[in-house]
Amino acid sequence: MSKLFSRDSWAEIIEALSSNWFRTVMTAFGVLWGIFILVILLAAGNGLENGIKQGFNGMATNSMFMWSQTASQPYKGLPKGRRYNFKTNDVPAIKQSVPGLRFVSPRNQLGGFRGSNNVVRGLQTGAFNVYGDYPEIIQQQPMDITSGRFVNYSDINEKRKVAIIGSGVQSALYNPGEEVIGSYIKINGVNFMVVGTYKKKGNNGDPEEMQKEIYVPFTAFSQAFNMGDVVGWMAITAEDGYSITELKSQVFDVIKTRHTINPNDDRAVGNFDLYEEFSKITGLFTALNFVAYFVGILVLLSGIIGISNIMLIVVKERTKEIGIRRALGATPWSIRSQILLESIFLTIVSGMAGIVLATAVLWLVNYQLSGMDTSEMMFINPSVNIGVVFIALTILIVSGLLAGLIPAQNAIKIRPVEALRTE
Amino acid sequence: MIEIKDLHKSYHMGKNSLHVLKGINFSVSEGEMVSIMGSSGSGKSTLLNILGILDEADEGTYTLDGTLIKNLNEKVAARYRNKFLGFIFQSFNLINYKSALENVAMPLYYQGVKRNIRTEKAMHYLEKVGLADWATHLPNELSGGQKQRVAIARALASDPKVLLADEPTGALDTKTSYEVMELIQGINDEGKTILIVTHEDDIAHMTKRIVNLKDGIIIDDSVVTQVRAKSEAYV
Repeated sequence: MSKLFSRDSWAEIIEALSSNWFRTVMTAFGVLWGIFILVILLAAGNGLENGIKQGFNGMATNSMFMWSQTASQPYKGLPKGRRYNFKTNDVPAIKQSVPGLRFVSPRNQLGGFRGSNNVVRGLQTGAFNVYGDYPEIIQQQPMDITSGRFVNYSDINEKRKVAIIGSGVQSALYNPGEEVIGSYIKINGVNFMVVGTYKKKGNNGDPEEMQKEIYVPFTAFSQAFNMGDVVGWMAITAEDGYSITELKSQVFDVIKTRHTINPNDDRAVGNFDLYEEFSKITGLFTALNFVAYFVGILVLLSGIIGISNIMLIVVKERTKEIGIRRALGATPWSIRSQILLESIFLTIVSGMAGIVLATAVLWLVNYQLSGMDTSEMMFINPSVNIGVVFIALTILIVSGLLAGLIPAQNAIKIRPVEALRTE
Repeated sequence: MIEIKDLHKSYHMGKNSLHVLKGINFSVSEGEMVSIMGSSGSGKSTLLNILGILDEADEGTYTLDGTLIKNLNEKVAARYRNKFLGFIFQSFNLINYKSALENVAMPLYYQGVKRNIRTEKAMHYLEKVGLADWATHLPNELSGGQKQRVAIARALASDPKVLLADEPTGALDTKTSYEVMELIQGINDEGKTILIVTHEDDIAHMTKRIVNLKDGIIIDDSVVTQVRAKSEAYV
């Protein structure tokens, strides 16, 4: 070990490596290239992942959406093809009987794509999606409140007719610069006071359409639009540590029991499992990462083989020198460790150079990207974390060791007599 | 200092075996200067290799400075070589990319001597062979004679018990040969035991004792009057 820190052994290594600069650089290039490819591939995968996951932008991914469909099987005397609705008291029932759920948000909706004009303000009219929601929804489908506030529990309890409107709604109903907060809009003939504005991010769905939504308190919605205790659909989020994919059948069971639906009827409750979709994407990137490692390490391997090859030649070339050193009292171990150190040193230095080069390229790419609006791009912030760099370094050290092993073993096999024989 | 009893050595090449040393009995005491002569194939280089712990005998005993040299592992062999022996080769065998000073310091490096002490000692031996001014030069910037003198300084650096020289003047012209021999004689005068393998008569006669080898046995072992190598005389 002391050899590792002695100035002399390093002087020896530098001397040996610098005695044939061109060859050393060419050899080093193999490893440099390998690690460069590895880092770039991993970073590119990361950039793509960042870009795709940006679409989920803070959305509670451990969520599902659930709506009622028609019963597809007869049960307890009830015919098939029967319609039913979720009711408001399904919500506490689900919360109570299924542990591990974080939010169970009932939702109601009005209007929709290509719906008729349903919102009026003075002379302006527009067709917008209107949602009746609980305050929790903002944690499940995040949006930026750009002014005012979102729905709160006082609104819910007092059934206040207040509304939070999107920037698309604002631009359709208001003149630029007009005060929005405190003004009234008429939704299906019912006046609501605007108390907040929002802007949504993310690139899944139609970014234009996402800004054309109006949120009102769930209770006020029910009363104003005659929904009674009907719940259109639910957004359910599980606690961290639970997976909604595992919990959802329990939720369905509760619904089926409460609405007299055949337990084997899989089509009565429609759902979209965001977590499952998200897991697929996560799985895709795990696979992509694996490919990056696989390809990168294989390229690196060819570089390592190059080093090993050169070290073999170096040993061959220095047969005589090694013989001389042996005659002067060099132990086999000192010869072996020198060859090993040389190969590790060469690997690490060239690997570091590769990492630096890759980082420089990534910096350049990021610099180029930083000038653009990345919110709708599929590729952002390509980078590797420091952990990956450490993994790469470990791979380098190990591979340097492996590259040097055979040559070093060859070196000590040389018998001093043979090495010194004068031709 | 050196004691050899009934030494045998054969080389095996495929089915043929070549019996090179056929029972050598030979001893050298401290301060002697011995030349080993013989035509090529007489086994003199093999003998020197065994003496230098670079090779091992098949049979017989070899005692160096009271230590029995037998069945050594490479690590111990390396230590003994470093401690007991200094080598001088026909082709100098300096390390090309190291300066004269660094070459001389090599054995000390393997002894684990500290850098500054090593440089100091190496410089001392370079002065001794008259090459202090050439300390920073690389071997290919030196003449043959200078190279050999650096090699001698290197052989002396670890302060060995015995100097082993394999045709030290083989690659040198007469004038330089005599200069080198003069240096070697000077070292012997200071009490160092020296063994020289040579096939040149005049060089052999500059030692104090000539051992003649032929076909693997000693045919003659006689003390001679030493001819002092006076380089000036031959200019």
